[in-house]
Amino acid sequence: MKDKFNFLKNSSVKSMFVTYAIVIVAYLVMEALMFTGSVNYLLMDLLVPLCVYSIVAIGLCLCVGYLGELSLGHAGFMCIGAFTSATFSSLTKEFISNEIVAFLLAFVIGTIFAGLFGFLIGIPVLRLRGDYLAIVTLAFGEIIKNIINVLFIGKDSKGIHVAIVDPDALKMEADGKYIINGAKGISGTPHLSNFTIGVILILISLFIVYNLVHSRSGRAVMAIRDNRIAAESVGLNVTGYKLMAFSISAAIAGAGGVLYAHNLSTLTATPANFGYNMSIMILVFVVLGGMRSFRGSIIAAVLLTMLPEMLRGLSDYRMLIYSVVLIAMMLFNWSPKFKELRSKYAGVFKRNKKSKEAV
Amino acid sequence: MKSLKKLLSLSLVCVLAVSALVGCGGKKGGGNSDTYKIGGIGPTTGEAAIYGTAVSNAAKLAVDEINAAGGIDGKKIEFDFQDDQNDTEKAVNAYNTLKDWGMQILMGTVTTQPCVEVAGKTAADNMFQLTPSASSTDVIVNDNAFQVCFTDPNQGLVSADYIADNALAKKVAIIYDSSSVYSSGIEEQFVKEAAVKGLEIVANEAFTTDSKTDFSTQLQKAQDGGAELLFLPIYYTEASIILTQANTMGFKPVFFGVDGMDGILGVENFDTSLAEGVMLLTPFAADAEDEATQNFVKAYQDAYGEVPNQFAADAYDAIYIIKAAIEKTGVKPDLSAGEMGDALKSVMSELSIDGVTGKSMTWDEQGAVSKSPMAVVIENGAYKAMQ
Repeated sequence: MKDKFNFLKNSSVKSMFVTYAIVIVAYLVMEALMFTGSVNYLLMDLLVPLCVYSIVAIGLCLCVGYLGELSLGHAGFMCIGAFTSATFSSLTKEFISNEIVAFLLAFVIGTIFAGLFGFLIGIPVLRLRGDYLAIVTLAFGEIIKNIINVLFIGKDSKGIHVAIVDPDALKMEADGKYIINGAKGISGTPHLSNFTIGVILILISLFIVYNLVHSRSGRAVMAIRDNRIAAESVGLNVTGYKLMAFSISAAIAGAGGVLYAHNLSTLTATPANFGYNMSIMILVFVVLGGMRSFRGSIIAAVLLTMLPEMLRGLSDYRMLIYSVVLIAMMLFNWSPKFKELRSKYAGVFKRNKKSKEAV
Repeated sequence: MKSLKKLLSLSLVCVLAVSALVGCGGKKGGGNSDTYKIGGIGPTTGEAAIYGTAVSNAAKLAVDEINAAGGIDGKKIEFDFQDDQNDTEKAVNAYNTLKDWGMQILMGTVTTQPCVEVAGKTAADNMFQLTPSASSTDVIVNDNAFQVCFTDPNQGLVSADYIADNALAKKVAIIYDSSSVYSSGIEEQFVKEAAVKGLEIVANEAFTTDSKTDFSTQLQKAQDGGAELLFLPIYYTEASIILTQANTMGFKPVFFGVDGMDGILGVENFDTSLAEGVMLLTPFAADAEDEATQNFVKAYQDAYGEVPNQFAADAYDAIYIIKAAIEKTGVKPDLSAGEMGDALKSVMSELSIDGVTGKSMTWDEQGAVSKSPMAVVIENGAYKAMQ
């Protein structure tokens, strides 16, 4: 019996199970509260966005924390996931009546496209390092957003038409309908996301990233992060591993986008939702969460998404207070002085425990 | 065993944290209040903040006036305005916050894209919604939503008609914001109507939110095409840059704007002499002679120290329209949002209202407003009505 639980002694494995447990317990608690009707409207509609940002943060955490590459383009991957899946859903909503099947297909499409783009972008981009990589990914995110803003896709009796910039170039029949209408984006996306699906996606993402970082490939990725030359010298395929981690990271961000797109009936690519500000916001989740901690990223994403909503009582001052709280949290987590202080107190607790055990 | 204990304690902490967060919840929509609860949504922070702030200010002004005069049938109005940062997702959060507060009527939202999303939510709750300034036709597809402003296609249509009927020009160039639903909505309809009316479009140039500081390429194309009139269905900030750059290039067509152009005389560091001769279609001019407008402008200036723009005027009217609708139906504040919505939406087609953005405004089945736009030309730094 004891041997069976031996793997729990491995601290990183233990930490993994704690993360799963936190997500599941939080889900059960929320469901129970909703069942008893003690959740307000705000929180009820906020649950899916919380899942969205948690998933994207998990994706970026893999890229920043484990691959060690600073990406400022994850809002772009989210955007690809959102738009490809919403386009698919809009095209097929008459044919697929089962909501779960419809979402599943949309999810697969969105994730694959985001992963594919991550792969394609990764080929040139991963030759760069550090700041340069950050700048190129940032540019890429903006390009995606701008292309989608001039993209027109329409559907009529003859099939699907695609045009860039000029909507009249679609040459649709009279019965034609816009699927993506340039800057006006996609409207009428079926509302398929819900909290349960969101939590399942979080668990799937966690399962993928935890298995990756605990695998042979994951260790290779981390070896490349820590010392690229040494990793190369022992025969690791640096480009291959980097591309793999980057694509997976992009695909997870895309999954977040799918969830986002199916939570709102209208979808547009604006600077607020898919611009570089969002990319930086996601990076803030990861940094605040401790760079290499998926659990931390989720908690930071949840806290920072809820905070501005909880501060609504302060009216115009809320964004000011929000930024002050953000600075305070960053300092508390990362300032050397605070770290020292925390480790001191952590030490006190540990000593107490030890002395108790001794008794 | 130790690890299990740790796990247990962690999950307990989790439970505590989550329950603390939802502890304040549990309120379920209005129903038993003694005041009418009107909510407003719009951007009061971020890039579009001036529009949301103007709407919020003017609506508060109107609510205060009504309350000071004894309220509606003796019952006061409570007004709460929530920020949406011009983002769809935040607008839904703002809407839910207001619902938790007990909102019965929604005056919003200010900008189009979030409004489309919120309109879906109000339709599900059957809440009466009157938007001051979200002008897309998508906003009013449901029978509970109404507009104070013109719809975008309507503005494009009226502009093209006005240019053609008054023979202002034969060759027309357009510069519009392709990333804005408002701007591209007007442009689309303008191009269609121009073809009908025989206007020749020599250049149809776009820009986006990310590239709105330099318009020399677009202006060059318009100039090369020999445009006699430049149609600008955009907001005044970008228009002021276009006017400045056109002047530098020596390009002097007739400039023609729509309601977004209103406010151009108030742009900081802009040489307003360049705006001389600019024509625009607008429902509201702050220096109009009639008493209602003058009273509103004076009250707004006293309260906030600036001249109200068209958004403020629309919001001011919106509150009075809601008041008129409530008086017409005689609904009491103790109704739920849904019941009030049923009553209010049924009388909208019977109303005819004189406001600061138009005389005898009426609403059609769709929820679009019918009022006549005013064509004004800027002369000596002020609007002058055109014939």
